[in-house]
Amino acid sequence: MKWRFAIPAIVFIALCGVFGWMLYRTGAEGYNVSVLQSPLLGKGAPSFKLPRVEAMDQEIDSRDYAGKAYLLNVWATWCVECRHEHPVLLAIARQNIVPIIGLDTKDDLNDAQRWLNALGNPYVATAFDADGRVALDWGVYGAPETFLIGADGKILYKHVGALSMRVWQEQFLPRIQQGSAPVKPVGEGS
Amino acid sequence: MTRLWSFLLLLCLAVSAFAIDSESFEDPALRARYEYLTHILRCPKCQGETIAESNAGIAVDLRREVRRMLSEGKSDAEILDFMTARFGDFVLYKPPFSTRTFVLWFAPVMILGGALIIALVVIRKRTQQSFDDPPGSDASATEGNKVDAT
Repeated sequence: MKWRFAIPAIVFIALCGVFGWMLYRTGAEGYNVSVLQSPLLGKGAPSFKLPRVEAMDQEIDSRDYAGKAYLLNVWATWCVECRHEHPVLLAIARQNIVPIIGLDTKDDLNDAQRWLNALGNPYVATAFDADGRVALDWGVYGAPETFLIGADGKILYKHVGALSMRVWQEQFLPRIQQGSAPVKPVGEGS
Repeated sequence: MTRLWSFLLLLCLAVSAFAIDSESFEDPALRARYEYLTHILRCPKCQGETIAESNAGIAVDLRREVRRMLSEGKSDAEILDFMTARFGDFVLYKPPFSTRTFVLWFAPVMILGGALIIALVVIRKRTQQSFDDPPGSDASATEGNKVDAT
C-alpha cells in the first residue's frame, strides 16, 4: 500500500499541469477568462434604426442589410483599443468580403466624424447610438466588440476586444464561407 | 499617533460613500426592489462587482435600465430575463439551477460527503484497531491485520 503516499504528489503535479495549460492558453491563443459567451449567438440579431454618423439626417435601418452576411463593429472615440483595431478594420474592408457596419456608441458626434475623416472609414455606414441603448440590446459590455451576422439574420460569432488579422482569418472567414457562398476566394484563410 | 490612525480609519469609511448612485425612487417599495435588483446583478465588465457597487459605464447603463423598467411597471422576473437575454446567466450573482450548473451547485455537498465517508472509514478502522490491539500488546505483530480489519 506504499503507492498511496504518492497520491498527493500526483494530484499536485496534475494541478500544476492544469494551471500551466491555462497560462499557456492565455498567452498563446489570447484566451481570456473575462470574455463572456454571448447568449445571443445563434439567435436573431436585434434590429435598430439610428441616424448616420456621416450624415445625421439619414437613417440606418439594420433590416436594410438583411439577406447577406455583414459585420457589426461597436466602437467609440473614447475607446483606446478601437484605435489599435482601426487599421485591421480598414484591411478587412479592403478585402471586400463582407460589409462592415459601425455602431458608434455613447460618443461625441464631432469627435466621431473627425475620427472617420482622419483615420479612414472602413464602414459602409456608421450608426450613432448616442445613449448606448442599441449596444445594450446587443449585449455589448465594452468596446470594441465585433459581431458576424449571417445571411439568415442570425448572429454567428462575436469577438470581444480588438480584432486582429489572425482572429479575422481563423474565426470569421471560415464562418463566413460556411454560412454563405464565398463572394470571392480567399487565399490566406486558414 | 492616535490622531493619524483615526484619520486613516475615517478615510476607509469614505470609500463606501462613493458607491451608490443618487437617482433612486421616491416610492419605498420601488426603491427596495431597485436596491435588491442592482445588488443581485453582476457588472459584466468589472466582474467582481454588482451593478450597484460599480461605476463602470456599463454598470451605470444597466442601473438606468433597471430604473426605467421598474418605473414602467415591469416585474423583477421580466427585468432579470431582459438582462440574461443580453449578457447570459453570468449577470446573475446567483446562477440558476440547470444541467450546466449542476456541478457548481452540488460540488460542495459531494466534496463534503466524500470527506465524511473517508473520515468515517478511517475512524472505524482506528477504533477496530484499538479493539484488536489492546494497550500493551505487540503492535507490530498485528500489522497485517490492519488492512483486513475493514
